[in-house]
Amino acid sequence: MESLSHAFKERSVHALKDETLQVALNRAKDGFAVKRAKAVEGLPEFDALRDRAVAIKNHTLENLDHYLERYADAVERNGGKVHWASSAEDARRIVVEICRAAGAKMITKGKSMVGEEVGVNGALEGAGFEVVETDLGEYIIQLAHEPPSHIIVPAVHKTRGQIADLFHENHQKYGLTRKLSEVPEMVNEARQVLRSKYLEADVGITGANFLIAESGTSVIVTNEGNGDLTCSLPRVHIVTAGIEKVVPTAEDATTLLRLLARSATGQDLTTYTTFSTGPKRADDTDGPEEYHVVLVDSGRSTMLADQFREMLRCIRCGACMNHCPVYGAIGGHAYGWVYPGPMGSVLTPLSVGLKEAGNLPNACTLNGHCAEVCPVRIPLPDLLRTLRHREYQLKLGLKPLRWGLAAWVWFTSHPRIYRLGTRVQARMLATLAGRKGRFTRMPLAGGWFKGGRDLPAPQGETFMAVWTRRQKERGQ
Amino acid sequence: MSATGSETTTDRPIEHPRVGLFVTCLADIYRPNVGLAAVALLEKVGCSVEVPQTQTCCGQPSYNNGDLAGAARTARNTIEAFEDFDYVVVPSGSCAGMLHDYPRLFESEPGWQQRARAMAGKTHELISFLTDVRGLDAVDASFARAVTYHDSCHGLRALGIKEQPRRLLASVGGLELRELNDSEICCGFGGTFCVKYPEISGRMVADKADAIAATGAKVVLGGDLGCLLNIAGRLGREGGGVSVYHVAEVLAGMADVPGLGDPPGSGGRSR
Repeated sequence: MESLSHAFKERSVHALKDETLQVALNRAKDGFAVKRAKAVEGLPEFDALRDRAVAIKNHTLENLDHYLERYADAVERNGGKVHWASSAEDARRIVVEICRAAGAKMITKGKSMVGEEVGVNGALEGAGFEVVETDLGEYIIQLAHEPPSHIIVPAVHKTRGQIADLFHENHQKYGLTRKLSEVPEMVNEARQVLRSKYLEADVGITGANFLIAESGTSVIVTNEGNGDLTCSLPRVHIVTAGIEKVVPTAEDATTLLRLLARSATGQDLTTYTTFSTGPKRADDTDGPEEYHVVLVDSGRSTMLADQFREMLRCIRCGACMNHCPVYGAIGGHAYGWVYPGPMGSVLTPLSVGLKEAGNLPNACTLNGHCAEVCPVRIPLPDLLRTLRHREYQLKLGLKPLRWGLAAWVWFTSHPRIYRLGTRVQARMLATLAGRKGRFTRMPLAGGWFKGGRDLPAPQGETFMAVWTRRQKERGQ
Repeated sequence: MSATGSETTTDRPIEHPRVGLFVTCLADIYRPNVGLAAVALLEKVGCSVEVPQTQTCCGQPSYNNGDLAGAARTARNTIEAFEDFDYVVVPSGSCAGMLHDYPRLFESEPGWQQRARAMAGKTHELISFLTDVRGLDAVDASFARAVTYHDSCHGLRALGIKEQPRRLLASVGGLELRELNDSEICCGFGGTFCVKYPEISGRMVADKADAIAATGAKVVLGGDLGCLLNIAGRLGREGGGVSVYHVAEVLAGMADVPGLGDPPGSGGRSR
């Protein structure tokens, strides 16, 4: 997917002013955070599970080549085929080739963030295939021609009214002409439309929440059952997954599953957890004839080798964005690429470059809420700060900020001059503010006031001045 | 107590420890009363308080903007000023957290890293120092107002400060604490974040102000001046007559001055 992250500032301001979006965001606010908190409370061993998950992920990442080979061998043993895609472009090409070779016309898709990342839909549509998203949220944004704004609730930015309009506009061709207003009606109508697509589809593409190395199994979690229908009804099943999705054993996958839904939606488990292991066997009654796995690197092995390795532990639960006050204020689209919120603010610059996405690691107050809830304990604020360090070293940030910081560092390491400067500043500001006690504007400090706030004035004397005087008096 | 703060604080507590007060640049410039309140509280728990004249800033602006070499330069100044004390006490969870992070700045300088680690081990945020290290569980102060409390993020998450200020506030005569909905959600200050992304920051602090208004309390307390300046700035703009104090001012019985951003001589706008 093409990045719009360079325009983060404009996009975030636009999002703050978008009243419909704000209605949708406010409705979603707290929902997941409250549900997660309840789920965690109900599982005393949650923190121990997190430690176990970190150990599983770290071990796998340290031996990633080994486990990927084991996984690939197992898939081939089961009669499937593994394709290695080093870039997004490779991944798109491979998927298109498989669909062409299968003589496909219609392709159904389960929700897949890596699919969004590499731009599978665009490539397939460009090659003349009809592609239908089957996850309700993904289906909605496909109708709206928009990217997802959240990694587990892709259409969280849409209001019920907007969705009703989209269905009304797009479903008339199926003879469904009534304008709906209730959620169950809309879900039923989408289900009705999608059902025929499942049956018509030649190829089904899903992502993977986990790939199990010992058995060559891919695991997906859904709440709608669309994943099952996508991977078992069409003739060909393609799994697209990042290389970091592999775990050694089924036991490991279940440990992570216990954390995933609780962290994401506050469910103990999602409604469906689907395991798929290769094509239909001789005595199976159904299943795909062909089973392909496209393993996507696209920058992940670079991440593995540098200081961002911990990011590869991410299991895409979305807890970080559900607890991020910046995400809560502006929504996911402002971030400008596939992955929004804290995890996206680490991944995006690593994928599309710091020059393009330098705003993302900076647009964070380092409040730490994301790291507190991350099921695999990724130190997101530290990683964001590391990106800021990289940006500083590459001299990509704002020049006036660099100058200001350099001046401040000089001041702070010259205490006598610092003392004098702060005394003058405190006295001057207090005098200028006068009887009001605060400023409503000030030259060179426009940023502060742009946030719709005044600036309290200092009391007048610095603490150091008061203290020095007091010590003298005490001495007398 | 922080994970790194165990060296000097276990076993035998020092009877009259020498405490170096790191007043923080914001308290120094904006709110000397916070420094005076900190001194008063520390003396009440038997500390001998000193204020090194060479202290400046904790280095967070550089650290959080990616200038690690600059942050290290500022940190050296702080270490030199404070490493000889029994304890370093800071009336800010954010700045205390920064001092705890100093060892990270000296990955390639073992000598300095050792000194940074030693100092981090005896550095504490003020309120948690009073309760967790000095065993204080009540203060001799009164403040007959309904107040609400904002948990600043760094104190809360990096240092585990949540119950300590509430425990002490419960002993303040006449004070009624009304808990703030979303008290653990960031106010939108975030250091330079608030001027780099003022619109987002402004929305966050407006949400905070709404939550404060919903409590009906006319006083907001907190443990970090950065957040408090932000919150006071927003409340001042809204003109709702809510005053903002650092929690230490109330605990020391020194909240008899105007709140942050209230007119001088008003004794608080909200009487």
